[in-house]
Amino acid sequence: MPDFKLNCPLPLQYQHIVMAHGGGGRLMQQLLSTVIRPAFINPILDTQQDSAVLDINGSKLAFTTDSYVIKPLFFAGGDIGKLAVCGTLNDLSMSGAKPLYLSCALIIEEGLAISDLQRIMASMQQAAQQAGVLLVTGDTKVVERGCGDGLYINTAGIGLIAEAVNISPARIQVGDHIIINSDLARHGMTIMLAREGITFDSNLQSDCADVSGLVQTLLVDGLDIHCMRDLTRGGLASGLIELSSTSHHAFDIEESALPIHADVQSACEILGFDPWYIANEGCFVLFVPATQTEQALKLLHQHPLGHQACVIGEVKQTHPQGLVTLQTAMGVSRVLDLLSGEQLPRIC
Amino acid sequence: MVQANPYRAPATVRKLCQAIAAITTQPWHIMEVCGGQTHSIIKHGLDQLLPPEITLIHGPGCPVCVTSLSFMDRALAIAAQPEVIFCSFGDMLRVPGSQLDLLALKAQGADIRVVYSPLDALTLAQQNPNKQVVFFGVGFETTAPSSALAAYQAKQLQLKNFSLLIAHVRVPPVMQTLLDAPNQQVQGFLGAGHVCAIMGYHEYLPISKRYGIPIVVTGFEPVDILQGLYLCIKQLEAGHHCVENQYSRAVKEQGNTPAQALMQQVFQVVDRNWRGLGKIVDSGLAFRPDYAQWDAEKRFAVSTITTQEPLACRSGEVLQGLLKPAQCLEFATRCTPEHPLGATMVSSEGACAAYYRYRR
Repeated sequence: MPDFKLNCPLPLQYQHIVMAHGGGGRLMQQLLSTVIRPAFINPILDTQQDSAVLDINGSKLAFTTDSYVIKPLFFAGGDIGKLAVCGTLNDLSMSGAKPLYLSCALIIEEGLAISDLQRIMASMQQAAQQAGVLLVTGDTKVVERGCGDGLYINTAGIGLIAEAVNISPARIQVGDHIIINSDLARHGMTIMLAREGITFDSNLQSDCADVSGLVQTLLVDGLDIHCMRDLTRGGLASGLIELSSTSHHAFDIEESALPIHADVQSACEILGFDPWYIANEGCFVLFVPATQTEQALKLLHQHPLGHQACVIGEVKQTHPQGLVTLQTAMGVSRVLDLLSGEQLPRIC
Repeated sequence: MVQANPYRAPATVRKLCQAIAAITTQPWHIMEVCGGQTHSIIKHGLDQLLPPEITLIHGPGCPVCVTSLSFMDRALAIAAQPEVIFCSFGDMLRVPGSQLDLLALKAQGADIRVVYSPLDALTLAQQNPNKQVVFFGVGFETTAPSSALAAYQAKQLQLKNFSLLIAHVRVPPVMQTLLDAPNQQVQGFLGAGHVCAIMGYHEYLPISKRYGIPIVVTGFEPVDILQGLYLCIKQLEAGHHCVENQYSRAVKEQGNTPAQALMQQVFQVVDRNWRGLGKIVDSGLAFRPDYAQWDAEKRFAVSTITTQEPLACRSGEVLQGLLKPAQCLEFATRCTPEHPLGATMVSSEGACAAYYRYRR
């Protein structure tokens, strides 16, 4: 055979981690399924939920962890401390758990102002107190200047799941209504504008909030929630696509039903972003049987974090790989797909 | 809210579609030139609302898609230099060069930053006097003025540590190239609205006349695009051909004359290689000799880097409208947005990426 080199520049398999591996899209899914999950394979991890659900002497315990690496540390509507508490509480809530205890590990970069750290600790304490959870253990490390963005926080949390509660992608059924509690993409766009120094004549604030109280209200009232997902990294689209694929069902989403703040929409248009893929920190979807939609909406509307709640779509049919279809306002449909990595601002 | 935008009002969209159907009596092939229009058409599903006689051909107006492999390799060679801060618009970061892309190079330690304007790169240069700051000037006449402005200011400031790698391209020559191709099918154009906001549309008058083809300068919202199509089809059905301006809220016939003057002062027209289309005469912009000092190609001596385009990728045919993305054998199999074979799969404005995202 003649010795020749194909000139095709790709397929390009990344030999090193790129930022897109952490973007909540397809590259991240690949990293999880080829490098990370295989190392620890077990049935609990395989459920791929926001929290692991553990059976300990007959009690159902939810257990989760998350790391918070956000620039800037303080932003409109919150700071890294509030985020680190609310984010983990929300992950616990999505399995139906009532959060009980949190841990907190700090990785502090040399040079961080102690007054900033105090503000962040106070904000963590306030968020924990409001949720009625205790921060009971922790760790503190300091790294050299240049080795961190001021402060990274890891929190882990445990909570108890009531006997009757059973929330998981496996329970998603044909006919379920998909309800969202709040408007989309406020957190991601607030951070983006702050980070890029884009000044915008708006009062845009992150939606960073602890939804565990709201979720408990729904469960205490006896709502049979089949599944929930908080719409953090990767936004609504990635959350729905993952659920559709793990549950093997096709979802139909109504574009005109999606609540999006006008300022968020404008900022997205300018930067060329889709709000459906932008991170939220107080926004979640829940799947309920259609017969319970009215009850769910009534309960949600009575809560400050649910007053914008609405039905955005339904579970159409079973589907081997899962499929999320968006019915556009124009009356046509299109497929929602995972992004490769992070959204990149467009040229023009 | 989405519905509050009058240019996306479903009722108006329906009315326009009915109007288009009412005047269409025979098949027409119409090309939207700009990638932003392609994205909007596929995202909103506008092509599905048109009568079956109307075929939309997705044009070459995605700057990310048409930037040649040679330019990508030059950008990568410059960005790999340890003293360089390399600044680019976001979506160029994922465009593959022959070995790697800018994202992968960044992961290996290169200082590569996403900026929203070349002037941000200029500021970075002022803040980092010990670094060489390079801006990757990509795009059509829409983004070229901001590159020209950055170069102009760098010259005023006599900034020694700032330069631009200029890969800017021009729309009118590529439209003529497409029309000159032997098996071309385009019968009407939707002109690129934002390019015309800068350049005006007098350049299109001779093209419309010479090729007997309607050109309607068109915006990017669903209502814009459908109005543009309506005007174009009306001309075709009547056997007319002229240049019309649908996007009058942004485009004046003479365009933005101060921006044109600045481009004229900084850039000259040159021949340029397009990914998938090859060399097109007078289709590029490059620095005039008195701006040579700020030309990154010269400063880093990379103009000798030339790379052949791969054969597997048929993006050239896609860009000419001869092939729909889904008709390519590699589409969604060997070629995906994670691992694009060609640039039409990389940018969200690229036809292949738009089909991948919205149409599988």
